[in-house]
Amino acid sequence: MLGLSKKDAGLLLIVALLCLFAPFLLNPFPEGSAMAQFNGGYPDLMQRLVIFGIFAIGFNILFGLTGYLSFGHAAFLGVGSYAAIWMMKLLTMNIIPAIMISVLVAGLFSLLVGWISLRRSGIYFSILTLAFAQMSYALAYSVLTPITGGETGLQPKYTDPRILDGALPAGQSPRANLFGLDMKATTQLEVGDWVFTFNAGYYIAAAVMLIAFYLSMRIFRSPLGMMLRAVKSNQQRMNYTGLNSKPYTLAAFVISGMYAGLAGGLLVAMDTQVGAERMFWTASGEVVLMTILGGAGTLIGPILGAGFIKYMENIISKINESVLEQWFAFMPDWMGDFMVAIVYPFVGKGWHLTLGLLFMLVVIFLPGGLVEGGQRIGKLFRRKKSEPDTPDGKTTPAE
Amino acid sequence: MDAILLQILNGLDKGSAYALIALGLTLIFGTLGVVNFAHGALFMIGSFCAVTFSKFLTLSHTVIDDTRKDFLGNPLKVDVPYIHEIVGQSAGDWMIDWAVPLSILFTIPVMVALGFIMERGLIKHFYKRPHADQILVTFGLAIVLQEVIKYFYGANPIPTPAPEVFAGSFDFGAALGFDPNTIIYPYWRLVYFGFAALIIGAVFAFLQFTTFGMVVRAGMADRETVGLLGINIDKRFTIMFGIAAAVAGLAGVMYAPINSPNYHMGMDFLVLSFVVVVVGGMGSLPGAVLAGFLLGILESFASMSAVLELIPGINQIIIYLVAIIILLTRPRGLMGRKGVMED
Repeated sequence: MLGLSKKDAGLLLIVALLCLFAPFLLNPFPEGSAMAQFNGGYPDLMQRLVIFGIFAIGFNILFGLTGYLSFGHAAFLGVGSYAAIWMMKLLTMNIIPAIMISVLVAGLFSLLVGWISLRRSGIYFSILTLAFAQMSYALAYSVLTPITGGETGLQPKYTDPRILDGALPAGQSPRANLFGLDMKATTQLEVGDWVFTFNAGYYIAAAVMLIAFYLSMRIFRSPLGMMLRAVKSNQQRMNYTGLNSKPYTLAAFVISGMYAGLAGGLLVAMDTQVGAERMFWTASGEVVLMTILGGAGTLIGPILGAGFIKYMENIISKINESVLEQWFAFMPDWMGDFMVAIVYPFVGKGWHLTLGLLFMLVVIFLPGGLVEGGQRIGKLFRRKKSEPDTPDGKTTPAE
Repeated sequence: MDAILLQILNGLDKGSAYALIALGLTLIFGTLGVVNFAHGALFMIGSFCAVTFSKFLTLSHTVIDDTRKDFLGNPLKVDVPYIHEIVGQSAGDWMIDWAVPLSILFTIPVMVALGFIMERGLIKHFYKRPHADQILVTFGLAIVLQEVIKYFYGANPIPTPAPEVFAGSFDFGAALGFDPNTIIYPYWRLVYFGFAALIIGAVFAFLQFTTFGMVVRAGMADRETVGLLGINIDKRFTIMFGIAAAVAGLAGVMYAPINSPNYHMGMDFLVLSFVVVVVGGMGSLPGAVLAGFLLGILESFASMSAVLELIPGINQIIIYLVAIIILLTRPRGLMGRKGVMED
């Protein structure tokens, strides 16, 4: 199907189903119940899950396949965002041209950065990309303020030209749309105590992510993907056999830059504003975390990692002291207080602490990320099942 | 002329901080071969050692002073630091005033211990792993350390003043024969520069003139052979990690009066220090120091208004720009050795 092997097509189908039913899957608890705060099925979070999924998929094409660790990928996301918002301000609030231009501009920018940075490898490459990203951030904040809006950032205004759109009725603010379909349009479905939200923007972002995921699958299985893996395993040997690896790594860099631009454009399409903090190096670090946490070099890993981090970020940040007290209310007072005191530093504002610890644990014990963890657990069960089978010999006798 | 001199002086204090952090980074990289992204966090913890120490000194209890009355005529309540009762009034006040320099004594053991724990507990297990893994795990550690500090000390910068004596500024202009008040420079920054030079000199002397330093240098050149000679090189490298942590901590302690400690200062400095290390040349100690001062001074030159008029925004990006140019023209940095980190 679609040029994919059976296994890959199955994976794509699973991801598609997960995306389709995300509003149900992320809202497992009835409204108003004590667990309702773990519901992640609101549009803003769901959009972020898939958009950062795209970002991480793109990063994985570079880092997972070639092993080049870029610490400046947020710059491409930021550049894409700025391009998209300018398209919205000048041309039309339709998201199609905005997203196209964001991919294009991010692609061109990553071509420039990649062409320079890829002259070096290892930590030098990381520092070069970091330097470019920090430069973009610093410039966006200071000198380029007429283009980037500086600290206030950019958002569409009533007075923008928007050549293709007709004049807005007075008092109405411009909203991102897809041929008239408002990105913020939502319908709610109530089943008993449960409330499920379906959001137009989310489904568009999810569809884009599926396309992006499909493309990354094709890249992984293509000759280009093989070349990139060869770069990771032994670039020197590859060069000695007479292959110039630069065009391949540059292609990977530009592709991942375009993915980042796509994510940036979509971020603008969903929430029409941009600020320079999107390009700060911690944002670049975050996408590295997502990819590693999910499993670098695997197909599904980055999506899992991005989903996991964004979900936990939103959910854990919301937990405060009174919520904790409710949880531990069943315990005797002294024990409850003790538990609250222990857990409190890790939730709410302490989310970054949890993230840092989690990240360290993953790098130390599970370098392959969640995917490797899943495989290990799977192997554990399979071994138990298959062990009794082995003695009665499926081995073929030697002729 | 005087403007140029002023910019050089301005660059010195930031350059000193860069040089000290880069020196520690290079020590760790040269000995253990580990890229330590948590080094900025060590610098930050050093700064917070100064904060903690001055908090300790000013711990106080309230006593009722019968000899004085407040405006209602009741006996006045006075906060008396415990230190007054331990060492006496005047000595106590002196110690509180000199809290930052005194906290060096407190910082060194704390940082060395922290360095030991980090190396033995975490980094030891990462020698054989790829550099990317080392970067990532120390990056995670940096986040954790930063958040722990934030939890205990809050998110706001904590002003930590230098001793009264150094509060003023030194008028270089008058001393060197220019017009007075053209080149004025705060005393504490001079002290910081002197202190940094002292530490850098001490580290180099330690490596150059002691037997221990000789063994460490031999280990940096060829770890395996030194091990085969029956020397426990791992133990010495652990000690070097402790020393590198202490250098970062000391850089942080003395920087506290210049820049009020906040929990993310480590990360801000770390990114720049890495650029410094790469510009100086991975694994080269003199290169790290040279590049630290050079980039610090360049940065302050770039923020001159005359330069800013010519190329707006250059002060924000000069360091990165220089790093890119250096890396493309001299791949090993200013003083890098062949064969370091070239895989």
